[in-house]
Amino acid sequence: MNRREEDVVIIGGGPAGLAAALSAREAGCERILILERDKELGGILNQCIHNGFGLHTFQEELTGPEYADRYIQKVQEKKLPYLLRTMVTEVQVLDDGRKRITAMNRDDGLLEITADAVILAMGCRERPRGALNIPGSRPAGIYSAGTAQYYVNIEGRMPGKNVVILGSGDIGLIMARRMVLEGARVQCVAELKPASGGLKRNIVQCLEDFDIPLYLCTTVAAVHGKERVEGVTLTKVDEGGKAIPGSEWFVPCDTLLISCGLIPENELTAGMGASIDPRTNGPVVNDRLECSVPGVFACGNVLHVHELVDHVSAEAEKAGQFATEYVKKWKVEGM
Amino acid sequence: MKQYDVIIIGAGVCGAAIAREMARKQRRIAVLEAASDVCEGTSKANSGIVHAGHDALPGTLKAKLNVLGNKKMEALAEELDFPFKRNGSLVLCFHEEDRVRLEELLERGRKNGVEGLKILSPKQVWEMEPGISKNVVAALYAPTGGIVCPFGLNIALAENAAENGVDFYLNHRVTKIENRSDEEDKDNSCRRMYSVLTGEELFQAPIVINAAGVYADVLHNMVSKRKMEITPRRGEYCLMDKASGNLVKATVFQLPSQYGKGILVTPSVHGNLLVGPTAEDIPDKENTETTAVGLKKVMDTGALSVEGLDSRQIITSFAGLRAHITQYDSGVANASGDFVIEEVSDAPGFFDVAGIESPGLSCVPAISEYVAELVNAAYPAPDKTDFKEKRKGLPNVASASNEERQALIAENPAFANVICRCEMVTEGEIVAAIHRPLGATTLDGVKRRTRAGMGRCQSGFCSPKVLEILARERGVDQSEITKSGAASAILTGHTKDDAHVTFSKNGKEDTHE
Repeated sequence: MNRREEDVVIIGGGPAGLAAALSAREAGCERILILERDKELGGILNQCIHNGFGLHTFQEELTGPEYADRYIQKVQEKKLPYLLRTMVTEVQVLDDGRKRITAMNRDDGLLEITADAVILAMGCRERPRGALNIPGSRPAGIYSAGTAQYYVNIEGRMPGKNVVILGSGDIGLIMARRMVLEGARVQCVAELKPASGGLKRNIVQCLEDFDIPLYLCTTVAAVHGKERVEGVTLTKVDEGGKAIPGSEWFVPCDTLLISCGLIPENELTAGMGASIDPRTNGPVVNDRLECSVPGVFACGNVLHVHELVDHVSAEAEKAGQFATEYVKKWKVEGM
Repeated sequence: MKQYDVIIIGAGVCGAAIAREMARKQRRIAVLEAASDVCEGTSKANSGIVHAGHDALPGTLKAKLNVLGNKKMEALAEELDFPFKRNGSLVLCFHEEDRVRLEELLERGRKNGVEGLKILSPKQVWEMEPGISKNVVAALYAPTGGIVCPFGLNIALAENAAENGVDFYLNHRVTKIENRSDEEDKDNSCRRMYSVLTGEELFQAPIVINAAGVYADVLHNMVSKRKMEITPRRGEYCLMDKASGNLVKATVFQLPSQYGKGILVTPSVHGNLLVGPTAEDIPDKENTETTAVGLKKVMDTGALSVEGLDSRQIITSFAGLRAHITQYDSGVANASGDFVIEEVSDAPGFFDVAGIESPGLSCVPAISEYVAELVNAAYPAPDKTDFKEKRKGLPNVASASNEERQALIAENPAFANVICRCEMVTEGEIVAAIHRPLGATTLDGVKRRTRAGMGRCQSGFCSPKVLEILARERGVDQSEITKSGAASAILTGHTKDDAHVTFSKNGKEDTHE
């Protein structure tokens, strides 16, 4: 077992984790370690190759990878340590109030890290088809929008040619445009609510500019096809979101992309006994972004889902400062 | 043409169990399976329950094989290393006037030889299961009730059969069976012979075992004048997040109706909560679609049994088809709704294992022995001396202790590389699942063997990585990897393959090139 001690361990090397690490160092924290489960830093920004990031933070319009790179450069300049392909499996609270983080990766095997403070920056996941309980068959061709985005933008592969998108949040809108640019046909975007949840600029630039219809008050009533998706039945819904009988119509397609909300990933948080807010699905925090477990801080989409990455960065900077203040105080009083 | 001593049709849980049991004798055995993997039909979409055995009518095969199968399941789980748990079961009664039916069930169970049955008062029920409805007036408790991983069981049986020399032919749908018993063999050495065609390929054997699930009637009717009809009875289920997995510890039934044992609420062996099934007779043997009405009924009815069921905790829903025999030999032979496990009277050497609906899964360890005895009695064969009874399952990092994890990682660092974050499945496990006997070739195959993709994100994060590993290990391009065989490829091409076409369709003058 590899053992090490740190002042602050940051779980997640996406935009939240990177900004938190930099601000913790700025505030005078010495021993910092970022644990990232993917093969590179940057988190989900790496697959967000469209622009529109950083207007608040840098007063520039950057792509996702460019935005991430600004932070990654600084992390490297300041030689902040990080481990990649490293999965945290458990966070325990020790008797003296410190935290023990168990993690593993190919190079170090099992790792046991003791830290004064932990910053949670694990981000969020997409709500899958199953969680929406969409009836019908379960063939190939049903993907979360983010999974499709990974195939297209990272792997250069197409997950489908003829697409219906459910959900008009920003990821759904961005993927509608991306699929057309990469050679697919997008039949429509269906949205359960009476208005799109996406940014106005995305509705214009991603749908209207590409003649992709947006159907409001509409959802998928059933998926068809045995091996591969062959089509979906769309239906109009009333104000309560209930299907209106007789309003159904069939849309042939080979792919259904689902972009119906994001859920903060708080399994580690709940596992250490921290209270979770049922409204946000993130941990309950005080005005210092500290969870119900003292010395555990949360920022970014693990705390609540943010609209803009700029807001994530700003929040994470605060978390880095608060965690550092906690560590300094702990070192004086805690022993 | 491929010549065998025994051909088994179907690599579901019955076919796999029978193959393993038959392999104890010196026989060349082939299993022909239409799908791209074992466990692709009814065996993959059911409750995963090992029933105590109080439901079936005394004297039926269902009653006998259920109680016996339940007893044998524990030893089989040890031998073949698949997840099984004796968690006990409760049948809830909500109305005083139904209490007599609960007592009938108790009596029936005793007649069937179910041990430890007793009727509990509401207070006793709530002490045991605080989550159970306050409307319960009595419950039948069966301590021998259990839960099993249906994939784990099926795959373990098939792998062990393969290790014992059984040849599995996947993607081999049987299209025609001919009874050639009447034709004189050239050297007259064999008087019974069946020709089994799978498209272009021809197999021959003197013994055929029909374990084809909802298609068992079609195969039966190819060789017999006594016609059989199986009408699939669809059951829809909702599977819930592990956060709901401890709402109950036991399997919770409601008093049975004419359509079966009603909608149950049960923990799964992996800690999820399963609610279902509905029961609806449908004509289409392939229709495993879920419906809005069915899924609503599942949750509404489940909520009558257990408090705190929360639809927002659903991570997926699915449907399976029970092989329900609606007609056999003009209806006379199967009036009791029993399994049909017998040598077909007008087709010697052809054995049906048909109508294996609930409690079929529970019966599996007993069905396989029953079939082997039937076959061996009629057509004896010498014992095999080197039969391997044991099978070791895949390593499981999620359930391993830190010491065990360290040992695995020391052996292969890939066991430290987590691919499925929700279920904590590592690259090491996925690679091992691909390279075992009858290894996984599809995303679903990996999922059922390792649980990668079974969790709360439902493969959103791990499927591209599993795809990559499958392609790498099988030495094929990612475009060839499917969800579950045939035309279920995940990818449809490269980016920009058709970009110029679509651009012009969207009214843009300039093509992308």
